[in-house]
Amino acid sequence: MIKAQQKDIREIAGMVEGCHKVLLAGCGGCVTVCLAGGEKETEIAARALRLIRKRSGKPLETVTYVATRQCEPEFLAPLDELVKDVDAVISLACGVGVQCLAERYQDKWVVPALDTKFAGGSKETGVWEERCGLCGDCILHKTGGICPVVRCSKSILNGPCGGSQHGKCELGQDIDCAWQLIYDRMKALGRLSELTAVQPPKDWSKARDGGPRRLIREDLIADEISE
Amino acid sequence: MKYLSKLHQALAEGHFAVTAEIGPPKHASAQGVIRHAQMLQSCVDAANITDCQTAIVRLSSIAAGAHILGCGVEPIVQMTCRDRNRIAIQADLLGAYSLGMRNLLCLSGDHQKFGNHPSAKNVYDLDSVQLISLMRRMRDESKFFCGEEIKEHEPRFFIGAVANPFADPFEYRVDRLEKKIEAGAQFIQTQCVFDMERFERFMEMVRARGLDQRAHILAGVTPLKSWRAARYLQTGVSGMIVPDTLVERLKNAADPKEGIKVCIEQIRHIKEKVRGVHGVHIMAIAWEEAVPEIAERAGLLPRPGLQRRAESID
Repeated sequence: MIKAQQKDIREIAGMVEGCHKVLLAGCGGCVTVCLAGGEKETEIAARALRLIRKRSGKPLETVTYVATRQCEPEFLAPLDELVKDVDAVISLACGVGVQCLAERYQDKWVVPALDTKFAGGSKETGVWEERCGLCGDCILHKTGGICPVVRCSKSILNGPCGGSQHGKCELGQDIDCAWQLIYDRMKALGRLSELTAVQPPKDWSKARDGGPRRLIREDLIADEISE
Repeated sequence: MKYLSKLHQALAEGHFAVTAEIGPPKHASAQGVIRHAQMLQSCVDAANITDCQTAIVRLSSIAAGAHILGCGVEPIVQMTCRDRNRIAIQADLLGAYSLGMRNLLCLSGDHQKFGNHPSAKNVYDLDSVQLISLMRRMRDESKFFCGEEIKEHEPRFFIGAVANPFADPFEYRVDRLEKKIEAGAQFIQTQCVFDMERFERFMEMVRARGLDQRAHILAGVTPLKSWRAARYLQTGVSGMIVPDTLVERLKNAADPKEGIKVCIEQIRHIKEKVRGVHGVHIMAIAWEEAVPEIAERAGLLPRPGLQRRAESID
């Protein structure tokens, strides 16, 4: 899932400096799971913004709403009414959500409250780590289910480089060497021989092919017509 | 037989090869590089030119190579995967060959975090193994990476790679070396050897697989200027193993040139006792002037038949 982190509240306040009334839009998807833009965080952010503005003698009015998912237009309809009489919308969703709101509300100032970090998983309470580089061409079946594209500092496909020592990356003790992990796992599974093939250069066109990548499922489109 | 370079010929003819390293400067004058090359001219078969080592911006390895070629030193141009994508790499390969470079060493490259532009975006479009195989493809199949034919004047490099017997996982280092040889590496320079016992175990595995027959392995050696330098390599550089006994020896030595003495002992040991090693690569970090003395005292001089070999280069 997408992992995000709330920006410093003063930075957010700066984005809506001249506004009198703002809508804070949370998201019930990924950012709720990583405790960055769900119901609770949206309310806290609204309160903090009101407090900052009150202290500076320019009170701010806020309304809040948490969409089930900001990335799906079907969940955004309830926002339409709320948006009408605000000067700006602060989205507490990932970058996708922010853009969906900006696209839907052409005449509104829409700003991000979060920094979208990565696609990752939970390691322990309060710790998330990147797992997928969204490269569009998965090779996890070749690397024992461990992704060198994001977990190796050099994205090396024929690793490990010469800086791997005691299972750690040359960049520091807090980074596991992805290729040590791959080696250990393939060895444990009796599949080390599969690592001897020279992996060819990656086809990056699957990741950066000009403009936003698009996914088209013709089977779904056809279904919709036939219904 | 036509050889790809003088270094290729020296190795193919069974000479115990000697290479050293020249680090280009952080400015736009080649004076230092030239002085350095003149110093090495009679005591090495070829000299590596590092490619923005430790990710610090320096005069380019190809340009420096052109300068040292003029001094009669054959360059081994180092090329990392950190700063160029496959388009820039191929362009530079063509350019380097056109300037007379004949040896090329493929490396991943140090991460930019260690350099003077830690906020740079690294490229790593290719990794070192892929760079080797793609260079071989240009030479042996006359094709660009994309498959398009190189109609004439394909670059014909003697292809080198590196191996680090001191990084982990230890056994897999031999697999990876084999992968590089499989991809097309013809000579291998290793990380600096300080832990001789581990290096010998590495070479044992290399010989068991016959890899020393398929590529020329040059052992990396480094004269240590002080015990502090040894301590730094021991604790501050990933992928290095420096035994405590060596640090202690340097610490207790009265001779300020104890590091040179150690290096000479290592070279003699490698040359006489470690089978499968075809030369040494002397990396005299910040102590370049030590190289002629080391080569001399280790019995590596004179270097054989430079002139005769030069004539038979392709």
